[in-house]
Amino acid sequence: MAYGSFVLMRDLNFTINDGDVFIIMGGSGSGKSTLLRHLIGLNEPAQGEIVYRAENFTKADPDKRQEILRRTGVLFQSGALWSSMTLAENIGLALEEYTDLNPEEIREIASLKLALVGLKGFEDYYPSEISGGMSKRAGLARAMALDPEILFFDEPSAGLDPISSRLLDDLILELRDNLGATVVVVTHELASIFTIGNNSVFLDAETRTMTAGGDPKELLAHPPNPMVHRFLTRGEGEQI
Amino acid sequence: MVEQDQVSFQRDDDTTLLVRFSGAWRLRGGFPSASLVDREIQSAAQVRGLAFDTKELISWDSSVLAFLVDLSELCRQRGINMDRAGLPAGVRRLLHLAEAVPEKKGARKEEAEISFLQRVGISAIGAGDSLGEMLKFLGEMSVTFVRLFRMKARFRPVDLFLLIQQCGAQALPIVTLISFLVGVILAFVGAVQLKQFGAQIYVADLVGIAIVHEMGAMMTGIIMAGRTGAAFAAQLGTMKVTQEIDAFTTMGFSPLEFLVLPRVIALVLMMPLLCLYADFVGVLGGATIAMGMLDLSWTTYIRETMHAVGLTDIFGGIFKSAVYGVLVALSGCLRGIQCGNSSSAVGDAATSAVVTGIVAIVAACGIFAVVFYVLGI
Repeated sequence: MAYGSFVLMRDLNFTINDGDVFIIMGGSGSGKSTLLRHLIGLNEPAQGEIVYRAENFTKADPDKRQEILRRTGVLFQSGALWSSMTLAENIGLALEEYTDLNPEEIREIASLKLALVGLKGFEDYYPSEISGGMSKRAGLARAMALDPEILFFDEPSAGLDPISSRLLDDLILELRDNLGATVVVVTHELASIFTIGNNSVFLDAETRTMTAGGDPKELLAHPPNPMVHRFLTRGEGEQI
Repeated sequence: MVEQDQVSFQRDDDTTLLVRFSGAWRLRGGFPSASLVDREIQSAAQVRGLAFDTKELISWDSSVLAFLVDLSELCRQRGINMDRAGLPAGVRRLLHLAEAVPEKKGARKEEAEISFLQRVGISAIGAGDSLGEMLKFLGEMSVTFVRLFRMKARFRPVDLFLLIQQCGAQALPIVTLISFLVGVILAFVGAVQLKQFGAQIYVADLVGIAIVHEMGAMMTGIIMAGRTGAAFAAQLGTMKVTQEIDAFTTMGFSPLEFLVLPRVIALVLMMPLLCLYADFVGVLGGATIAMGMLDLSWTTYIRETMHAVGLTDIFGGIFKSAVYGVLVALSGCLRGIQCGNSSSAVGDAATSAVVTGIVAIVAACGIFAVVFYVLGI
């Protein structure tokens, strides 16, 4: 992954299995969010490729790409709800475009998705009228609109109070278990990493590559290198 | 304002310089520079160590720290031992903290002197890049238009209606004001000159042709560039910052179809109407002056205008205004989409949208003048 001639990360190689809650972790500025942007096609890898199931995403033509993307849902850091639409319209847009549902059915599904994230009754609110935590949950509802196979979360707990972020973690697990979705989470929130993650990749800003991968709890028990250990233990026991 | 008595020096023995702090150190009052100490050190040859005395120091804040950090850097350079025992415990801790993490190599930005030629080169490359981006945008927009004509483009009709309202009806007051005044100004300038020849009646021709042929379309274009082009850039720029545009892309919607296309369509539909309206109001402005200053009657003025202005002129103006509409909408949207990821970038995008829009309008106006002349319109 590179911005212009600046190489941010090299030699990344990992597999996300079906049903995983896959954590992309690493320190600030290590390129976690950038890696996510590559996975969802917003940035192009400088080298290498991304493969979904058996389909090569990087080399696919635009139509094929869109079809793959339609099977995914993304929750952006700040929710990124479309500010000119109500919550119901935000969720309904994808349904309107990609399904043959009539307006009433769309509205019902939007209500259902909002209810799932605890926002029942907020259908006709505009994004500017709700709080940051609510925007995030509404963003999740929108990401789930088409019952995606893979859900991407960019720092879901950033800017949330501990209780809300815990609830969001629970919600992520519920979705994985009940909808059978695969979840990819970018986070550096240790609590979340250990609660929800069962597979991971660790990006190291110093060496500019991934230095570890696998179940975070395993990594904590047997850290493959000191950086991972420091990260997973918040560097405790060290003198400043 | 450095209070002179904040720091004083005393030499205990030949090799140690005692720096004595006194009074209240406050950031607001400024603080002495390390060169003061440097001078003191250099005045005697064999200073090997610095020691501190803070018994008379009443209070301290970051100013003491900044002074000490400078001093410690100085000591390191000159190989002088700095004895920190005399400092208050809090100052020692903070100083330690400030020095705990060594400076990252290469983190400090190099302030290399860039030569004039380099600067020119960098600007040229930047201009080339931005031209490339512009062409890419235009190419993608052409594809989007093709999709529109094949009825494959998708956007929300509600958005289109809202935009039409925004850049149509809501622009009427300002268009009224400006075109009326332009009519008045043209008539006034013409009246003063034509009166000398007793040819007052030709004010109607002057105003009519100028407004309908050029000024109506151009003034509406410039108004819309300032009003709507800037708004488009700011809207899209903000959406870029809040990742709303990314959200469109990842859901498989093309931002060009969903955001840019309705804006272009709205302006292209509304600009001709606004232009026609501006023509009318401009002529009205001219008539006001003609009736007030030149004692021409309303009917004479209108008849003379109708005589001077043909249908081709009107349609020429309207056609131009539609083109200006495309230019304003595209430059607004282009700058919005190119916007960087900060709030100041949104401001830059809006500014640059207006500049691009107006430049494009004036350039197009010049091209039209030549083309219309060659075609004999």
